[in-house]
Amino acid sequence: MSIELKNVTYTYSPGTAYEIHALKNINLTIPDGQFIGMIGHTGSGKSTLIQHFNALIRPTSGNVLYNGEDVWAENYNRKNLRSQVGLVFQYPEHQLFESDVLSDVCFGPVNQGLSREEAEEEAKKALIQVGFKEKNFRKSPFELSGGQKKRVAIAGVLAMNPKILILDEPTAGLDPKGRDEILDQIAELHSARGITIVLVSHSMEDVAKYVERLIVVNKGEIPFDSTPKEVFSHYKELETMGLAAPQITYIMHALKEKGLKVESGVTTIPEAREEILKALREAGSPLLKGGQEK
Amino acid sequence: MIRDITIGQYYPADSVIHRLDPRTKLAGTLIFIVSIFLFHTIPGYAVATVFLAAAIKISKVPVKFIFKGLKAIFFILLITMVFNMLLTPGEVLWSFGILKITKEGISMAVRMAIRLIYLVIGSSLMTLTTTPNQLTDGLEKSLRPLNKIHVPVHEIAMMMSIALRFIPILLEETDKIMKAQIARGADFESGNLIQKVKSMVPLLVPLFISAFRRANDLAMAMEARCYHGGEHRTQMKPLQYKKRDRLAYLVLLVYLAAAAGFRIAGI
Repeated sequence: MSIELKNVTYTYSPGTAYEIHALKNINLTIPDGQFIGMIGHTGSGKSTLIQHFNALIRPTSGNVLYNGEDVWAENYNRKNLRSQVGLVFQYPEHQLFESDVLSDVCFGPVNQGLSREEAEEEAKKALIQVGFKEKNFRKSPFELSGGQKKRVAIAGVLAMNPKILILDEPTAGLDPKGRDEILDQIAELHSARGITIVLVSHSMEDVAKYVERLIVVNKGEIPFDSTPKEVFSHYKELETMGLAAPQITYIMHALKEKGLKVESGVTTIPEAREEILKALREAGSPLLKGGQEK
Repeated sequence: MIRDITIGQYYPADSVIHRLDPRTKLAGTLIFIVSIFLFHTIPGYAVATVFLAAAIKISKVPVKFIFKGLKAIFFILLITMVFNMLLTPGEVLWSFGILKITKEGISMAVRMAIRLIYLVIGSSLMTLTTTPNQLTDGLEKSLRPLNKIHVPVHEIAMMMSIALRFIPILLEETDKIMKAQIARGADFESGNLIQKVKSMVPLLVPLFISAFRRANDLAMAMEARCYHGGEHRTQMKPLQYKKRDRLAYLVLLVYLAAAAGFRIAGI
């Protein structure tokens, strides 16, 4: 179970005045069970890249393989592929159309060929999984808040029981609480259902907190593809791409410069806390006397 | 897939035709259309061809783009030709039952085909060399005298430019929603007519909602910037005729005179 991209190139409007090379010779493997983050400047090619994963767009050249089979081969069942590789678009709430939440979430499973009852079963499971309250199942999706709409839309894809779930900035436009809830639920899906997750995000803090592998997309190429720690150690290069490291990494670098013996590659706040306490303890800092030591 | 549709798509290039005042281009297109209905003989069409070819050459727009627009009228062209061929009375060349092809019919069909093709090429040359905004500016200024008889010229021009501006946005939106629904297993291609129409619901409902939302947002944004219609509104780049426009009008007048002359002389 894996997605593999081989020498994938994609050009928008080839041969016209508006020609754009969105992807340049991409080689990438998405193995089973990983929690992958993807970051990149606006217009870097992320969205184009993820649409290759479930054969929504056909590469101008190169191959996309799912479990070793070319998804653009003559008789390949792309509909089946799309039910295994779920893609949640940016602002997915814009795709809602049914008169009530449950029917909208049923759309995917019904298209997969399930009966109405079975589809509702899947839909309810998916809705509960994204933390949507049962009392709202019969509401119109258009009277919900932004965060709730987003949940419904994510459930709409989740109800199809995909093996791989790709989310394009699922937290755009949400308040911090809604953002944390949705991300926690996605992490929960990863650990409980073993779904492979690809999370496209603009928040360095979010990817540092959740993902185990981080892919950086820049101008249609992949300059970095490694653990978040390793990727964020190149923060100088990331900055030239319009990206950055998490705030806490900058703080740690500053502390190290000021002489505190900390590991500067830290990317999350709990880790940083440990690091700072350890360094202070080793230095026998009087700062600790007032708090912890007493 | 949907990106390939071109409706009056502007082709950026640096040419005299691009730099002409949009009013000149509007007048030019109008004169050209009039001329192809004035001409009705081979020498006449030759003059029109030379004129059009010269304009295309000067515009620096690749010929490929200009012919793209013709694909859309292929069926209209075909139907027009067939009907003209069969229904024009005259000297019968071939007949089958009630169907008969006449000599006059063939010449009429060819003439109509030439006129239709030139009409489309002429007007696409204008839209290819003029941005939608320039075009509506030009229209607004040319039609301003109608304000006197209480035609809301500015409002019409504003609606037109907004509509034009929204075409690519809505196309992109359609593409996005379509992909999102395909990702959820929607099928827009197979099935009979009724199934196809039904399958459009998941596309059309979100599209309408988004169109209304955008219209609402735009209205709000315009009001926030104190938009209150056309009265006393000045422009950042007011249209002004230059020397090249006067020259172009001269060429156009000579061309129109030639067309009229051909007609009167019966050539």
